[in-house]
Amino acid sequence: MAGKSFFIDTSKCTACRGCQVACKQWNRNPGTKTYQRGSYQNPEDLSYFTYKLVRFSELELDGKPRWYFFPDQCRHCLEPPCFYTAQSLGVKAITRDDETGAVLHNPKVKVKASDAKAIRESCPWNIPRWNKKTSGMAKCTMCIDRIKEGLLPACVKTCPTGAMNFGDRDKMLDMANKRLSEVKKMYPKAQLLNHESVRTIYLVIDEPKKYYQFAEAIDITGITRIAAMKKLIQPVINFSKLAG
Amino acid sequence: MKVITRRDFLKISGVAAVGLTISQLGFDLTAVQVYAAELRIKGAKETPSICCFCAVGCGIIVATDKQGKVINTEGDPDHPISEGALCAKGAASYQIAVNENRLRKVRYRAPYSDKWKEVSWDWALDKIAANIKKSRDKSFMEKNADGKVVNRTNGIASVGSAALDNEECWLYQKMLRAFGLVYIEHQARICHSPSVPALAESFGRGAMTNHFIDIRNADVILNMGGDVAEKHPVTFKWIQAARNRGATFIHADPRFTRTSSKADIYARLRPGTDIAFLGGMIKYILDNNLYDEFYVKNYTNASFIVGPKYSFDDGLFSGYDPNKRAYDKSTWALEKDEAGIPKRDMTLQNERCVFQLLKKHYSRYTMEKVTSITGTPQEDLEKVYKTYGSTGKPDKAGTELYAMGWTQHTVGTQNIRTMSIIQTLLGNMGIAGGGVNALRGESNVQGSTDQALLFHILPGYLPTPRAQWATLADYNKTTPSTKDPRSVNWWKNRPKYAASLLKSFYGEKATKENDFGYSWLPKLDPTQDASWLNLFDEMYKGTFTGFFAWGMNPACSSANAGKIRQALARLDWMVNVNVFDSETGSFWKGPGINPKNIKTEVFQLPCAAFMEKQGSITNSGRWMQWRWKAANPPGEARPDGEIIYDLFRKVEGLYKKDKGAFPYPILNLKWDYETNGRFDIHKVAKEINGYFLEDVPEHPVNKNAYKKSTLVPSFVFLLDDGRTSCGNWIYSASYTEAGNMAARRKKTDPTGLGLYPEWAWAWPVNRRIIYNRASVDRDGKPRNPDRAILKWDAANKKWIGDVPDGPAPPMGTQGVYPFIMKPDGVASLFGPGLADGPFPEHYEPLECPIEKNIMSSQRINPAIKIFKGGPDVFATCDPRYPFVCSTYRLAEHWQTGVLTRWLPWLIEAQPQIFCEMDKELAELKGIENGDRVVVETVRGKVEAVAMVTLRLKPLVIAGKTVHTIGLPYHYGWLYPKDGGDSANLLTPTVGDANTMMPETKVFMANVYKKKGR
Repeated sequence: MAGKSFFIDTSKCTACRGCQVACKQWNRNPGTKTYQRGSYQNPEDLSYFTYKLVRFSELELDGKPRWYFFPDQCRHCLEPPCFYTAQSLGVKAITRDDETGAVLHNPKVKVKASDAKAIRESCPWNIPRWNKKTSGMAKCTMCIDRIKEGLLPACVKTCPTGAMNFGDRDKMLDMANKRLSEVKKMYPKAQLLNHESVRTIYLVIDEPKKYYQFAEAIDITGITRIAAMKKLIQPVINFSKLAG
Repeated sequence: MKVITRRDFLKISGVAAVGLTISQLGFDLTAVQVYAAELRIKGAKETPSICCFCAVGCGIIVATDKQGKVINTEGDPDHPISEGALCAKGAASYQIAVNENRLRKVRYRAPYSDKWKEVSWDWALDKIAANIKKSRDKSFMEKNADGKVVNRTNGIASVGSAALDNEECWLYQKMLRAFGLVYIEHQARICHSPSVPALAESFGRGAMTNHFIDIRNADVILNMGGDVAEKHPVTFKWIQAARNRGATFIHADPRFTRTSSKADIYARLRPGTDIAFLGGMIKYILDNNLYDEFYVKNYTNASFIVGPKYSFDDGLFSGYDPNKRAYDKSTWALEKDEAGIPKRDMTLQNERCVFQLLKKHYSRYTMEKVTSITGTPQEDLEKVYKTYGSTGKPDKAGTELYAMGWTQHTVGTQNIRTMSIIQTLLGNMGIAGGGVNALRGESNVQGSTDQALLFHILPGYLPTPRAQWATLADYNKTTPSTKDPRSVNWWKNRPKYAASLLKSFYGEKATKENDFGYSWLPKLDPTQDASWLNLFDEMYKGTFTGFFAWGMNPACSSANAGKIRQALARLDWMVNVNVFDSETGSFWKGPGINPKNIKTEVFQLPCAAFMEKQGSITNSGRWMQWRWKAANPPGEARPDGEIIYDLFRKVEGLYKKDKGAFPYPILNLKWDYETNGRFDIHKVAKEINGYFLEDVPEHPVNKNAYKKSTLVPSFVFLLDDGRTSCGNWIYSASYTEAGNMAARRKKTDPTGLGLYPEWAWAWPVNRRIIYNRASVDRDGKPRNPDRAILKWDAANKKWIGDVPDGPAPPMGTQGVYPFIMKPDGVASLFGPGLADGPFPEHYEPLECPIEKNIMSSQRINPAIKIFKGGPDVFATCDPRYPFVCSTYRLAEHWQTGVLTRWLPWLIEAQPQIFCEMDKELAELKGIENGDRVVVETVRGKVEAVAMVTLRLKPLVIAGKTVHTIGLPYHYGWLYPKDGGDSANLLTPTVGDANTMMPETKVFMANVYKKKGR
């Protein structure tokens, strides 16, 4: 599938959080009230006003400290479950731009709290967020306004180290695979996360869970892919009627 | 209703395969339209600027709408250093311009009042001018106690500012010196002051030797005494570029930080033990013959013979006077022959040659000793030594990046000297990918230092006149000299720079007959030290009636901030200029202070932020970059330059009208920087560059003719006879008849090494890598042909590549020694000019966890000044304060947070002060992550949130477990209300032996859980 993709090379991320702030800057999202909770990570989580968040995870390996950084954001799935769920609920807040593949939430569409919860829960990466005040949902837009004009997304533009990359999907996949083979020499556990299914491709040097609980969508063992599909087609078809 | 759950996702990605697409399910384009309707910055005016935070000097594009309002700020993709990148701070610049908390009006706080009152500019400047005159007239001293002419104002002091543009700094120091101030200090003192004497003693100049892009040319990058990912984040672009080429990145630091997380080698050490760590490296390099023999023999003083009076015994160098806590440095002098040229032994065998003395000195730094001092495991030491030592080959380059981790110590200067010795031994100076790189922390702190907002220098590093130099001739007698014809000793030109500087001060009033007005300059007493800690000590004692805190926040930024807050209350008046309110401006309503008891009259002047004015700033790599004005300042805020310009006019007016003490420096000051009745910063920029003041029909340098009132092409053309003026010789060539060099934006790169000679301008004379003559052999051939920054074209008798360090031919062809700023022409392994010894020696910090220095009987640096009494209290090896404590910066904030705490995106990311500690310590003290704790030293306490981390670890020092804790110092009581107060309430008032840099990186503290709420 063509369109655009991000390649996020966490092995180059120093957590300067330029991306986190540049995202707020471009999207005019306010700074939210936060507290020091014994972590460099703040705000604590993504929110209606925070589309991009560098997650910090510290651990010890062979008696030596490791500090992993994970610039979290929407994966812009090739087949976005948030969209399907919204459809199934009759919520017309989510769409996809065919040219780029950007999955977009329209924050102006009012969504019920329970629907928003369902939509958020359907996201394997726990991305979309709902705002009580406006009843709208929001998340990373792939900076669709920028990329349509040939500019890089704000987070990519600001990244000093080359951790954040953006471009045509095939090029990003190439870059990711090439970098993976380099990094693997040093870190045998290095891997790309769900790169076949998403447009935000992360490279990590260790098990994804060590970065963040929802860094990677985990497949369910014991159920074959086809069986799983069969199981799912039923509700999707049913729900599509509602969507019409 | 069944909805799809998170766990189902991978199954659904197969949906498309069975023929269902999003389009079939109904496609609503509204969301696309919501976001992609119109690009916000389409048609906006884009103005290039340079980030105002650290001194990497990243480019920012400020977009403004038709009304002139800032609508976007983002990285400048054309900028060669940052290439569009910005860290969290730079990315938040928009919120400096658009911020409801900006100071918009002049505010006045009357004595004993508990509130601000808004006043007009005119009213405030008139009143400030009257205060200046009153304080000056009252405290002016024409002759000191010894009857020597000093012509200085003792009753007013100033701090500030590295946040000003170069032109503003120059103008500000000119005004202050006209007022007669000698207590002129700013951030540079407490930031990189030790870098200047350490690097100048070693190589001749005090600045970062290479530049940011050049880091990509290194094979090994050592970041020790610094923490690039936190403090200079965009530097990592070039570290990563080097790593992409296969370079190794080493981080040596007491804390495992964001920088360490990306290091190929990380080594932990106890704060304040860097000399031991590096002393071990010197020994390793010498023991294993890893040094660059050609370089050491030809380009350093390794072969020089040290006089017989020199000795070193049990931690003390020869010539020590314990009563004065000072050395008689004459005992360290080099031996000279009859002609006055230093004696040398090119075989390096003479037992009194520098090389042998160096070997002997560092033979004591064995692995075992180093480990027991630093706590660094031996295998880590060896890994670092071996890797870094591998750069001693001509085709390898190693670079060192440091900042406050080395400077803020009682041995700050010697920390840097130790690395200078290593880099000299390895031949890493003057080459691409090499250098001792002082990473500066404020956008223009290099420039503000160059422009001499410091007590001890005039612009361009000319020494401040002292009482014993009564005439210009006396002053000029202190000019460095050499008898060796092959040593350039560039400083021999100093009299030209001094005369030209005086002409820039007093214009036509400066004549040969009156010594160019030399006597109007304020003079220090013979050994007077008016540096930061002494300045505030005098303020605390009540010496000053007036004070400027211009673009500074000493109530949070100074060591022992509690003492500073008390000292501010002893002033009659204070002028505070800033973009936002600060703990300094509002000190009179700070914690524990009753405004009704505070007499200090405070004027708070709102100034323009960086994108609201034009002017140049100099980054850490000496690049002078022009910033254009993008928007108007909010409300009545004004550019600092305009405020300074008008303020001087007001004071001048009073002296014209009412006379007063010694009015000549004020009445004779050249103050004509206007165009069409408005202040014109370009005129100041040109003044700094310098003019021909008369027609010079046949210039002694090149026999060319130069016209009166034209700009001098460079400092080479300055004269000592009053026919030229120049505000700062090292900036001469920055603004010439060819135009404003700092404003250049051309991206050619002829060497391919990232010098970008036509992007902006670098001092001196656009040289991008200083000491570059040391990169070639005696015939001028590059010692590393793959990374040749310079080569001698023998046929055409000229240098190709970077601007060479002086035009003379290479050393082997009747040329000159490579280190042209040193009287001996070579780099100094032995540095007899420093206060605390010609070789660096490990001493413990003033407050330390061990009773005895493992290296010698001298526990602390024998040459440091110790303040006594009042708030100057210390506790070493005191069970009440058992933990080593350090203070530092974070990527998301800048300095005291005086700007960044007001930016919602940054305060969201790092909202409150915290104290990092290791797990064992937390268990010991019953502290859990996120608990509120109190950190306490003998001087004060600060509340913080506990951050219990795996990244800190206890160390075993001399058989004893030592815990290190640390806090960022970005916070203050004023804003945000729950952010916490300054970590500098904890830090000690003690300075480095050479520059009085406060030791804020290591002191002893206790931490405990806060009781109750």
